[in-house]
Amino acid sequence: MSAPSVLYDAPGPRARQRNLLYAGLFVLVFAGLVYLGLVAMNDKNQLDWDKWSPYLAGLDSWTTYLLPGLRGTLIAAGLSILMALPIGALFGIARLSDHAWIAKTAGTLVEFFRAIPVLILMFFANTFYVQFTDFGRDVRPLYAVCTGLVIYNSAVIAEVVRAGILSLPKGQTEAALAVGMRKGQLMTSVLLPQAVTAMLPALVSQVVVIVKDTALGGALLNYSELMSTVGEAAAFYGGNIIATLTIVAVIYIVINSLLSWVANRLERWLRTRKKGTGAVVGAEMMEEQAPGMGITETPAGR
Amino acid sequence: MFDFLSDYDVLGAFWVNVQLTVLAAIGSLIWGTILVAMRVSPVPVMRAFGTAYINLVRNTPLTVIIVATSLVLSQTFQVTLGADNFKDIGFRLAVLGFIAYTSTFVCESLRAGINTVPVGQAEAARALGLSFTQVLRIIVLPQAFRSVVAPLASVLIALTKNTTVAAAIGVGEAALLMKEMIENESDALFLVTAMFALGFVILTLPTGLLLGWVAKRVAVKR
Repeated sequence: MSAPSVLYDAPGPRARQRNLLYAGLFVLVFAGLVYLGLVAMNDKNQLDWDKWSPYLAGLDSWTTYLLPGLRGTLIAAGLSILMALPIGALFGIARLSDHAWIAKTAGTLVEFFRAIPVLILMFFANTFYVQFTDFGRDVRPLYAVCTGLVIYNSAVIAEVVRAGILSLPKGQTEAALAVGMRKGQLMTSVLLPQAVTAMLPALVSQVVVIVKDTALGGALLNYSELMSTVGEAAAFYGGNIIATLTIVAVIYIVINSLLSWVANRLERWLRTRKKGTGAVVGAEMMEEQAPGMGITETPAGR
Repeated sequence: MFDFLSDYDVLGAFWVNVQLTVLAAIGSLIWGTILVAMRVSPVPVMRAFGTAYINLVRNTPLTVIIVATSLVLSQTFQVTLGADNFKDIGFRLAVLGFIAYTSTFVCESLRAGINTVPVGQAEAARALGLSFTQVLRIIVLPQAFRSVVAPLASVLIALTKNTTVAAAIGVGEAALLMKEMIENESDALFLVTAMFALGFVILTLPTGLLLGWVAKRVAVKR
Protein backbone atom coordinates (compact mmCIF):
# COMPACT_ATOMS: atom_id res chain seq x y z
CA MET A 1 0.00 0.00 0.00
CA SER A 2 1.26 3.41 -0.90
CA ALA A 3 -0.48 5.71 1.57
CA PRO A 4 0.11 5.06 5.26
CA SER A 5 -3.00 3.47 6.71
CA VAL A 6 -4.28 3.97 10.19
CA LEU A 7 -5.22 0.30 10.32
CA TYR A 8 -2.27 -1.56 8.86
CA ASP A 9 1.48 -1.37 9.12
CA ALA A 10 3.53 -1.71 5.97
CA PRO A 11 3.39 -5.47 5.26
CA GLY A 12 6.50 -7.56 5.85
CA PRO A 13 7.37 -10.78 4.00
CA ARG A 14 4.94 -12.96 5.98
CA ALA A 15 2.10 -10.46 5.75
CA ARG A 16 2.67 -10.15 2.03
CA GLN A 17 2.41 -13.91 1.64
CA ARG A 18 -0.76 -13.99 3.73
CA ASN A 19 -2.28 -11.18 1.66
CA LEU A 20 -1.50 -13.12 -1.49
CA LEU A 21 -3.31 -16.13 -0.01
CA TYR A 22 -6.35 -13.99 0.87
CA ALA A 23 -6.36 -12.50 -2.62
CA GLY A 24 -6.28 -15.98 -4.16
CA LEU A 25 -9.11 -17.24 -1.96
CA PHE A 26 -11.20 -14.16 -2.67
CA VAL A 27 -10.74 -14.46 -6.43
CA LEU A 28 -11.71 -18.16 -6.23
CA VAL A 29 -14.91 -17.49 -4.26
CA PHE A 30 -15.83 -14.52 -6.44
CA ALA A 31 -15.21 -16.41 -9.68
CA GLY A 32 -17.29 -19.31 -8.33
CA LEU A 33 -20.22 -17.01 -7.55
CA VAL A 34 -20.02 -15.35 -10.97
CA TYR A 35 -19.92 -18.80 -12.58
CA LEU A 36 -23.01 -19.93 -10.65
CA GLY A 37 -24.80 -16.74 -11.67
CA LEU A 38 -23.94 -17.24 -15.33
CA VAL A 39 -25.04 -20.89 -15.22
CA ALA A 40 -28.37 -19.84 -13.68
CA MET A 41 -28.81 -17.17 -16.36
CA ASN A 42 -27.92 -19.67 -19.08
CA ASP A 43 -30.52 -22.11 -17.76
CA LYS A 44 -33.19 -19.44 -18.23
CA ASN A 45 -31.86 -18.56 -21.68
CA GLN A 46 -30.98 -15.06 -20.49
CA LEU A 47 -27.49 -15.25 -21.97
CA ASP A 48 -28.71 -15.94 -25.53
CA TRP A 49 -27.36 -13.49 -28.05
CA ASP A 50 -30.82 -12.58 -29.34
CA LYS A 51 -31.69 -11.33 -25.85
CA TRP A 52 -28.76 -8.90 -25.86
CA SER A 53 -28.40 -8.11 -29.55
CA PRO A 54 -31.16 -5.45 -29.69
CA TYR A 55 -29.02 -3.25 -27.42
CA LEU A 56 -25.51 -4.28 -28.33
CA ALA A 57 -25.89 -4.69 -32.08
CA GLY A 58 -28.95 -2.65 -33.04
CA LEU A 59 -29.94 1.00 -33.05
CA ASP A 60 -33.74 0.54 -33.06
CA SER A 61 -33.89 -0.28 -29.36
CA TRP A 62 -31.97 2.90 -28.60
CA THR A 63 -34.00 5.23 -30.80
CA THR A 64 -37.36 3.68 -29.87
CA TYR A 65 -36.97 3.04 -26.16
CA LEU A 66 -33.76 4.01 -24.41
CA LEU A 67 -32.98 7.47 -25.77
CA PRO A 68 -36.58 8.81 -25.49
CA GLY A 69 -36.61 7.34 -21.99
CA LEU A 70 -33.34 9.04 -21.16
CA ARG A 71 -34.78 12.28 -22.50
CA GLY A 72 -37.71 11.95 -20.09
CA THR A 73 -35.33 11.36 -17.19
CA LEU A 74 -33.16 14.36 -18.05
CA ILE A 75 -36.15 16.66 -18.61
CA ALA A 76 -37.67 15.81 -15.23
CA ALA A 77 -34.30 16.10 -13.45
CA GLY A 78 -33.35 19.33 -15.23
CA LEU A 79 -36.68 21.08 -14.64
CA SER A 80 -36.65 20.01 -11.00
CA ILE A 81 -33.18 21.31 -10.21
CA LEU A 82 -33.83 24.59 -12.06
CA MET A 83 -37.00 25.23 -10.06
CA ALA A 84 -35.65 23.93 -6.76
CA LEU A 85 -32.56 26.19 -6.84
CA PRO A 86 -34.24 29.62 -6.44
CA ILE A 87 -36.86 28.30 -4.01
CA GLY A 88 -34.21 26.53 -1.97
CA ALA A 89 -31.95 29.60 -1.94
CA LEU A 90 -34.86 31.72 -0.73
CA PHE A 91 -35.61 29.36 2.15
CA GLY A 92 -31.95 28.92 3.02
CA ILE A 93 -31.49 32.67 3.32
CA ALA A 94 -34.80 33.05 5.15
CA ARG A 95 -33.60 30.53 7.72
CA LEU A 96 -30.62 32.78 8.48
CA SER A 97 -32.84 35.85 8.86
CA ASP A 98 -32.45 38.08 11.90
CA HIS A 99 -36.22 38.11 12.31
CA ALA A 100 -37.01 35.12 14.47
CA TRP A 101 -40.46 34.50 12.97
CA ILE A 102 -39.08 34.31 9.41
CA ALA A 103 -36.21 32.05 10.46
CA LYS A 104 -38.51 29.81 12.53
CA THR A 105 -41.15 29.47 9.80
CA ALA A 106 -38.58 28.71 7.11
CA GLY A 107 -36.78 26.29 9.43
CA THR A 108 -39.96 24.39 10.27
CA LEU A 109 -40.98 24.08 6.63
CA VAL A 110 -37.51 22.91 5.60
CA GLU A 111 -37.27 20.29 8.35
CA PHE A 112 -40.83 19.11 7.66
CA PHE A 113 -40.31 18.52 3.96
CA ARG A 114 -36.93 16.90 4.49
CA ALA A 115 -38.63 14.37 6.77
CA ILE A 116 -41.17 13.20 4.17
CA PRO A 117 -40.42 10.60 1.48
CA VAL A 118 -40.43 12.18 -1.96
CA LEU A 119 -42.82 9.46 -3.17
CA ILE A 120 -45.56 10.73 -0.81
CA LEU A 121 -45.17 14.20 -2.32
CA MET A 122 -45.36 12.80 -5.86
CA PHE A 123 -48.55 10.84 -5.11
CA PHE A 124 -50.09 13.92 -3.54
CA ALA A 125 -49.15 16.15 -6.49
CA ASN A 126 -50.52 13.63 -8.98
CA THR A 127 -53.91 13.32 -7.32
CA PHE A 128 -54.00 17.06 -6.68
CA TYR A 129 -53.56 17.74 -10.40
CA VAL A 130 -56.26 15.18 -11.24
CA GLN A 131 -58.76 16.83 -8.95
CA PHE A 132 -58.03 20.53 -9.25
CA THR A 133 -56.57 21.09 -12.69
CA ASP A 134 -57.28 19.95 -16.24
CA PHE A 135 -53.71 19.00 -17.11
CA GLY A 136 -53.80 16.38 -19.83
CA ARG A 137 -52.88 12.78 -19.28
CA ASP A 138 -49.69 13.35 -21.30
CA VAL A 139 -48.16 16.05 -19.10
CA ARG A 140 -49.63 15.29 -15.70
CA PRO A 141 -47.09 12.62 -14.70
CA LEU A 142 -44.23 14.98 -15.55
CA TYR A 143 -45.79 17.79 -13.52
CA ALA A 144 -46.42 15.45 -10.60
CA VAL A 145 -42.88 14.08 -10.62
CA CYS A 146 -41.38 17.56 -10.86
CA THR A 147 -43.64 18.95 -8.13
CA GLY A 148 -42.61 16.20 -5.73
CA LEU A 149 -38.94 16.58 -6.58
CA VAL A 150 -39.04 20.40 -6.38
CA ILE A 151 -40.70 20.45 -2.95
CA TYR A 152 -38.30 17.90 -1.49
CA ASN A 153 -35.14 19.23 -3.11
CA SER A 154 -35.95 22.86 -2.30
CA ALA A 155 -35.77 21.83 1.33
CA VAL A 156 -32.46 20.03 0.78
CA ILE A 157 -30.99 22.92 -1.21
CA ALA A 158 -32.14 25.35 1.48
CA GLU A 159 -29.92 23.43 3.88
CA VAL A 160 -27.06 23.40 1.38
CA VAL A 161 -27.30 27.17 0.93
CA ARG A 162 -27.41 27.68 4.67
CA ALA A 163 -24.40 25.42 5.15
CA GLY A 164 -22.61 27.29 2.34
CA ILE A 165 -23.18 30.67 3.97
CA LEU A 166 -22.25 29.36 7.41
CA SER A 167 -19.07 27.80 6.00
CA LEU A 168 -17.69 31.26 5.17
CA PRO A 169 -15.28 32.81 7.67
CA LYS A 170 -16.91 35.24 10.09
CA GLY A 171 -14.47 37.94 8.99
CA GLN A 172 -16.34 38.26 5.70
CA THR A 173 -19.51 39.41 7.49
CA GLU A 174 -17.62 41.60 9.92
CA ALA A 175 -15.61 43.31 7.18
CA ALA A 176 -18.70 43.95 5.07
CA LEU A 177 -20.56 45.45 8.04
CA ALA A 178 -17.47 47.46 8.98
CA VAL A 179 -17.36 49.17 5.59
CA GLY A 180 -21.01 50.15 6.09
CA MET A 181 -22.90 47.60 3.98
CA ARG A 182 -26.51 46.91 4.77
CA LYS A 183 -27.75 43.40 5.51
CA GLY A 184 -29.12 43.00 1.99
CA GLN A 185 -25.88 44.16 0.41
CA LEU A 186 -23.91 41.88 2.71
CA MET A 187 -25.96 38.92 1.52
CA THR A 188 -26.11 39.70 -2.21
CA SER A 189 -22.61 41.02 -2.84
CA VAL A 190 -20.45 39.28 -0.22
CA LEU A 191 -21.95 36.11 1.23
CA LEU A 192 -24.07 34.64 -1.59
CA PRO A 193 -21.47 34.79 -4.39
CA GLN A 194 -18.93 33.02 -2.20
CA ALA A 195 -21.49 30.58 -0.81
CA VAL A 196 -22.62 29.60 -4.31
CA THR A 197 -19.05 28.64 -5.19
CA ALA A 198 -18.60 26.78 -1.93
CA MET A 199 -21.75 24.75 -2.38
CA LEU A 200 -21.21 23.78 -6.03
CA PRO A 201 -19.94 20.26 -5.18
CA ALA A 202 -22.93 19.57 -2.92
CA LEU A 203 -25.34 20.87 -5.58
CA VAL A 204 -23.90 18.69 -8.35
CA SER A 205 -24.01 15.79 -5.93
CA GLN A 206 -27.68 16.51 -5.27
CA VAL A 207 -28.41 16.30 -9.00
CA VAL A 208 -27.35 12.64 -8.78
CA VAL A 209 -30.04 12.11 -6.13
CA ILE A 210 -32.61 13.86 -8.33
CA VAL A 211 -31.72 11.75 -11.38
CA LYS A 212 -32.11 8.62 -9.29
CA ASP A 213 -35.43 9.78 -7.84
CA THR A 214 -36.96 10.39 -11.27
CA ALA A 215 -37.06 6.58 -11.62
CA LEU A 216 -39.84 6.62 -9.01
CA GLY A 217 -42.02 8.52 -11.45
CA GLY A 218 -41.44 5.87 -14.07
CA ALA A 219 -42.18 2.97 -11.76
CA LEU A 220 -45.19 4.37 -9.93
CA LEU A 221 -46.69 7.36 -11.77
CA ASN A 222 -46.59 6.21 -15.42
CA TYR A 223 -44.15 8.95 -16.30
CA SER A 224 -42.30 7.73 -19.36
CA GLU A 225 -38.60 7.84 -18.60
CA LEU A 226 -35.67 5.45 -18.60
CA MET A 227 -37.00 3.18 -15.85
CA SER A 228 -40.46 2.80 -17.40
CA THR A 229 -38.95 1.75 -20.73
CA VAL A 230 -37.74 -1.48 -19.08
CA GLY A 231 -41.15 -3.12 -19.19
CA GLU A 232 -42.00 -2.02 -22.73
CA ALA A 233 -38.63 -2.86 -24.25
CA ALA A 234 -38.33 -6.23 -22.49
CA ALA A 235 -41.82 -7.18 -23.67
CA PHE A 236 -41.05 -6.15 -27.25
CA TYR A 237 -37.74 -8.00 -27.45
CA GLY A 238 -39.09 -11.28 -26.12
CA GLY A 239 -38.67 -11.07 -22.36
CA ASN A 240 -35.00 -10.07 -22.19
CA ILE A 241 -35.59 -8.55 -18.78
CA ILE A 242 -32.05 -9.04 -17.46
CA ALA A 243 -30.43 -7.55 -20.55
CA THR A 244 -32.81 -4.56 -20.49
CA LEU A 245 -32.37 -3.89 -16.78
CA THR A 246 -28.60 -4.19 -17.13
CA ILE A 247 -28.44 -1.68 -20.00
CA VAL A 248 -30.73 0.76 -18.18
CA ALA A 249 -28.71 0.43 -14.97
CA VAL A 250 -25.50 1.02 -16.91
CA ILE A 251 -26.92 4.23 -18.42
CA TYR A 252 -27.87 5.49 -14.94
CA ILE A 253 -24.45 4.50 -13.60
CA VAL A 254 -22.60 6.32 -16.40
CA ILE A 255 -24.58 9.55 -15.96
CA ASN A 256 -24.33 9.52 -12.18
CA SER A 257 -20.65 8.58 -12.16
CA LEU A 258 -19.91 11.52 -14.45
CA LEU A 259 -21.84 13.86 -12.15
CA SER A 260 -20.11 12.47 -9.06
CA TRP A 261 -16.74 12.85 -10.76
CA VAL A 262 -17.52 16.51 -11.56
CA ALA A 263 -18.62 17.08 -7.96
CA ASN A 264 -15.39 15.60 -6.61
CA ARG A 265 -13.23 17.59 -9.01
CA LEU A 266 -15.06 20.79 -8.02
CA GLU A 267 -14.53 19.98 -4.36
CA ARG A 268 -10.82 19.32 -4.83
CA TRP A 269 -10.45 22.52 -6.84
CA LEU A 270 -12.21 24.56 -4.15
CA ARG A 271 -10.11 23.04 -1.38
CA THR A 272 -6.79 23.63 -3.08
CA ARG A 273 -7.18 26.89 -5.01
CA LYS A 274 -5.25 29.92 -3.81
CA LYS A 275 -8.08 32.40 -4.32
CA GLY A 276 -11.06 32.49 -1.98
CA THR A 277 -11.55 31.42 1.59
CA GLY A 278 -11.30 27.66 1.03
CA ALA A 279 -14.84 27.27 2.38
CA VAL A 280 -16.66 24.32 0.82
CA VAL A 281 -19.76 22.21 1.39
CA GLY A 282 -18.64 18.67 0.69
CA ALA A 283 -20.13 16.51 -2.05
CA GLU A 284 -20.20 13.37 0.08
CA MET A 285 -23.35 11.88 1.54
CA MET A 286 -25.84 14.26 -0.04
CA GLU A 287 -28.35 11.46 -0.21
CA GLU A 288 -28.70 10.84 3.49
CA GLN A 289 -29.81 14.33 4.37
CA ALA A 290 -31.55 13.78 7.64
CA PRO A 291 -34.08 16.16 9.17
CA GLY A 292 -32.91 17.51 12.50
CA MET A 293 -29.25 17.31 11.50
CA GLY A 294 -27.26 19.99 9.74
CA ILE A 295 -25.32 19.23 6.58
CA THR A 296 -22.10 20.47 8.13
CA GLU A 297 -22.36 17.83 10.86
CA THR A 298 -21.76 15.08 8.32
CA PRO A 299 -18.02 14.73 7.97
CA ALA A 300 -16.69 14.55 4.45
CA GLY A 301 -14.90 11.25 4.04
CA ARG A 302 -11.54 11.50 2.38
CA MET B 1 -64.82 13.30 8.55
CA PHE B 2 -62.60 10.50 9.82
CA ASP B 3 -65.11 7.66 9.28
CA PHE B 4 -63.42 6.27 6.21
CA LEU B 5 -60.26 5.63 8.22
CA SER B 6 -61.77 2.50 9.74
CA ASP B 7 -61.73 0.88 6.28
CA TYR B 8 -57.96 1.10 6.07
CA ASP B 9 -55.15 -0.32 8.18
CA VAL B 10 -52.96 2.77 8.33
CA LEU B 11 -51.01 1.70 11.40
CA GLY B 12 -50.46 -1.72 9.88
CA ALA B 13 -49.01 -0.10 6.74
CA PHE B 14 -46.62 2.02 8.78
CA TRP B 15 -45.71 -1.07 10.76
CA VAL B 16 -44.57 -2.65 7.49
CA ASN B 17 -42.29 0.37 6.92
CA VAL B 18 -40.88 0.01 10.42
CA GLN B 19 -40.23 -3.71 9.88
CA LEU B 20 -38.58 -3.03 6.51
CA THR B 21 -36.42 -0.35 8.12
CA VAL B 22 -35.30 -2.45 11.06
CA LEU B 23 -34.52 -5.60 9.05
CA ALA B 24 -32.77 -3.67 6.28
CA ALA B 25 -30.83 -1.63 8.85
CA ILE B 26 -29.50 -4.74 10.56
CA GLY B 27 -28.67 -6.40 7.25
CA SER B 28 -26.96 -3.38 5.74
CA LEU B 29 -24.95 -2.82 8.93
CA ILE B 30 -23.56 -6.36 8.57
CA TRP B 31 -22.98 -6.24 4.80
CA GLY B 32 -21.71 -2.66 5.03
CA THR B 33 -19.16 -3.67 7.66
CA ILE B 34 -17.94 -6.53 5.46
CA LEU B 35 -17.70 -4.12 2.52
CA VAL B 36 -15.71 -1.55 4.48
CA ALA B 37 -13.41 -4.29 5.75
CA MET B 38 -12.70 -5.13 2.11
CA ARG B 39 -12.39 -1.49 1.11
CA VAL B 40 -9.67 -0.69 3.64
CA SER B 41 -7.97 -4.09 3.56
CA PRO B 42 -4.35 -4.44 2.42
CA VAL B 43 -5.42 -6.91 -0.30
CA PRO B 44 -5.76 -5.02 -3.61
CA VAL B 45 -8.33 -7.41 -5.15
CA MET B 46 -10.68 -6.97 -2.21
CA ARG B 47 -10.22 -3.20 -2.26
CA ALA B 48 -11.05 -3.18 -5.97
CA PHE B 49 -14.18 -5.27 -5.40
CA GLY B 50 -15.33 -3.01 -2.56
CA THR B 51 -14.79 0.14 -4.60
CA ALA B 52 -16.49 -1.30 -7.69
CA TYR B 53 -19.51 -2.51 -5.69
CA ILE B 54 -19.94 0.89 -4.01
CA ASN B 55 -19.63 2.88 -7.23
CA LEU B 56 -21.98 0.64 -9.18
CA VAL B 57 -24.73 0.27 -6.57
CA ARG B 58 -24.63 3.85 -5.31
CA ASN B 59 -25.14 5.23 -8.79
CA THR B 60 -28.08 2.96 -9.58
CA PRO B 61 -31.52 4.27 -8.58
CA LEU B 62 -32.99 2.37 -5.64
CA THR B 63 -36.14 1.93 -7.73
CA VAL B 64 -34.18 -0.01 -10.34
CA ILE B 65 -32.67 -2.26 -7.66
CA ILE B 66 -36.02 -2.96 -5.99
CA VAL B 67 -37.77 -3.65 -9.30
CA ALA B 68 -34.83 -5.86 -10.32
CA THR B 69 -35.22 -8.01 -7.21
CA SER B 70 -38.78 -8.68 -8.27
CA LEU B 71 -38.33 -9.07 -12.05
CA VAL B 72 -34.97 -10.85 -11.98
CA LEU B 73 -34.79 -12.81 -8.73
CA SER B 74 -38.45 -13.66 -8.31
CA GLN B 75 -39.90 -13.85 -11.81
CA THR B 76 -36.88 -15.11 -13.76
CA PHE B 77 -35.10 -17.29 -11.21
CA GLN B 78 -38.11 -18.14 -9.02
CA VAL B 79 -36.22 -17.17 -5.87
CA THR B 80 -38.68 -17.25 -2.97
CA LEU B 81 -36.32 -16.63 -0.03
CA GLY B 82 -38.21 -19.26 1.94
CA ALA B 83 -41.58 -17.54 1.74
CA ASP B 84 -44.65 -19.34 0.44
CA ASN B 85 -46.98 -16.49 -0.47
CA PHE B 86 -46.75 -13.48 -2.73
CA LYS B 87 -46.88 -10.95 0.09
CA ASP B 88 -43.95 -12.41 2.02
CA ILE B 89 -41.83 -12.92 -1.10
CA GLY B 90 -42.24 -9.25 -2.05
CA PHE B 91 -41.41 -8.15 1.49
CA ARG B 92 -38.27 -10.26 1.70
CA LEU B 93 -37.09 -9.23 -1.76
CA ALA B 94 -37.56 -5.57 -0.80
CA VAL B 95 -35.48 -6.10 2.35
CA LEU B 96 -32.76 -7.68 0.19
CA GLY B 97 -32.82 -4.73 -2.22
CA PHE B 98 -32.63 -2.20 0.62
CA ILE B 99 -29.69 -4.07 2.15
CA ALA B 100 -27.80 -4.10 -1.18
CA TYR B 101 -28.37 -0.34 -1.59
CA THR B 102 -28.11 0.99 1.97
CA SER B 103 -24.97 -1.01 2.77
CA THR B 104 -23.02 1.20 0.35
CA PHE B 105 -23.88 4.25 2.44
CA VAL B 106 -23.10 2.40 5.66
CA CYS B 107 -19.74 1.41 4.17
CA GLU B 108 -18.90 4.97 3.15
CA SER B 109 -19.89 6.33 6.58
CA LEU B 110 -17.73 3.77 8.35
CA ARG B 111 -14.81 4.46 6.04
CA ALA B 112 -15.13 8.19 6.67
CA GLY B 113 -15.15 7.40 10.39
CA ILE B 114 -11.95 5.38 10.17
CA ASN B 115 -10.33 8.16 8.16
CA THR B 116 -11.06 10.73 10.89
CA VAL B 117 -8.64 8.89 13.20
CA PRO B 118 -5.21 10.51 12.70
CA VAL B 119 -2.50 8.10 11.53
CA GLY B 120 -0.35 9.28 14.45
CA GLN B 121 -2.76 7.54 16.84
CA ALA B 122 -2.05 4.15 15.33
CA GLU B 123 1.65 4.88 14.93
CA ALA B 124 1.92 5.81 18.59
CA ALA B 125 0.02 2.65 19.55
CA ARG B 126 2.32 0.47 17.44
CA ALA B 127 5.37 2.23 18.90
CA LEU B 128 4.10 1.26 22.35
CA GLY B 129 4.12 -2.37 21.17
CA LEU B 130 0.37 -2.94 20.84
CA SER B 131 -0.61 -5.74 18.48
CA PHE B 132 -2.87 -5.29 15.44
CA THR B 133 -6.00 -6.37 17.30
CA GLN B 134 -5.10 -4.19 20.26
CA VAL B 135 -4.58 -1.15 18.02
CA LEU B 136 -7.99 -1.77 16.47
CA ARG B 137 -9.81 -2.54 19.72
CA ILE B 138 -8.32 0.05 22.04
CA ILE B 139 -7.23 2.92 19.79
CA VAL B 140 -8.82 3.09 16.35
CA LEU B 141 -12.34 1.64 16.54
CA PRO B 142 -13.48 3.49 19.69
CA GLN B 143 -12.57 6.80 18.05
CA ALA B 144 -14.03 5.77 14.70
CA PHE B 145 -17.34 4.61 16.22
CA ARG B 146 -17.81 7.92 18.01
CA SER B 147 -17.53 9.90 14.81
CA VAL B 148 -19.90 7.71 12.75
CA VAL B 149 -22.97 8.12 14.96
CA ALA B 150 -24.22 11.14 13.03
CA PRO B 151 -23.64 9.76 9.50
CA LEU B 152 -25.12 6.38 10.43
CA ALA B 153 -28.16 8.09 11.93
CA SER B 154 -28.61 9.98 8.67
CA VAL B 155 -28.37 6.69 6.77
CA LEU B 156 -31.02 5.17 9.05
CA ILE B 157 -33.39 8.08 8.46
CA ALA B 158 -32.82 8.02 4.71
CA LEU B 159 -33.55 4.28 4.83
CA THR B 160 -36.81 4.91 6.69
CA LYS B 161 -37.92 7.25 3.93
CA ASN B 162 -36.62 4.93 1.22
CA THR B 163 -38.75 2.02 2.42
CA THR B 164 -41.63 3.68 0.54
CA VAL B 165 -39.91 2.60 -2.69
CA ALA B 166 -41.04 -0.96 -1.86
CA ALA B 167 -44.39 0.23 -3.25
CA ALA B 168 -42.81 -0.25 -6.68
CA ILE B 169 -43.08 -4.03 -6.27
CA GLY B 170 -46.42 -3.94 -4.50
CA VAL B 171 -45.34 -4.32 -0.88
CA GLY B 172 -48.28 -3.09 1.18
CA GLU B 173 -46.55 -0.25 3.00
CA ALA B 174 -47.61 3.31 3.82
CA ALA B 175 -47.00 5.00 0.45
CA LEU B 176 -48.93 2.34 -1.43
CA LEU B 177 -51.82 2.59 1.02
CA MET B 178 -51.77 6.35 0.67
CA LYS B 179 -52.01 6.03 -3.11
CA GLU B 180 -55.01 3.74 -2.73
CA MET B 181 -56.67 6.01 -0.18
CA ILE B 182 -56.32 9.27 -2.11
CA GLU B 183 -57.70 7.56 -5.20
CA ASN B 184 -60.72 6.13 -3.35
CA GLU B 185 -61.47 9.00 -0.95
CA SER B 186 -61.20 11.86 -3.41
CA ASP B 187 -62.58 14.45 -0.97
CA ALA B 188 -59.98 13.69 1.68
CA LEU B 189 -56.80 14.30 -0.34
CA PHE B 190 -55.30 16.87 2.01
CA LEU B 191 -56.33 15.03 5.15
CA VAL B 192 -54.86 11.73 3.99
CA THR B 193 -51.63 13.33 2.76
CA ALA B 194 -51.22 15.26 6.00
CA MET B 195 -51.77 12.07 7.96
CA PHE B 196 -49.11 10.11 6.06
CA ALA B 197 -46.68 13.03 6.04
CA LEU B 198 -47.11 13.34 9.79
CA GLY B 199 -46.53 9.61 10.15
CA PHE B 200 -43.14 9.92 8.49
CA VAL B 201 -42.26 13.03 10.46
CA ILE B 202 -43.03 11.05 13.62
CA LEU B 203 -40.83 8.19 12.39
CA THR B 204 -37.87 10.29 11.30
CA LEU B 205 -37.67 13.56 13.20
CA PRO B 206 -37.27 12.21 16.77
CA THR B 207 -34.65 9.74 15.54
CA GLY B 208 -32.79 12.59 13.88
CA LEU B 209 -32.98 14.90 16.89
CA LEU B 210 -32.06 12.17 19.39
CA LEU B 211 -29.18 10.68 17.43
CA GLY B 212 -27.98 14.16 16.40
CA TRP B 213 -27.77 15.02 20.09
CA VAL B 214 -26.00 11.75 20.89
CA ALA B 215 -23.58 12.33 18.02
CA LYS B 216 -22.66 15.76 19.40
CA ARG B 217 -22.13 14.30 22.87
CA VAL B 218 -19.86 11.48 21.82
CA ALA B 219 -17.96 13.21 18.98
CA VAL B 220 -14.21 13.40 19.47
CA LYS B 221 -13.18 17.04 19.73
CA ARG B 222 -10.33 17.69 17.35
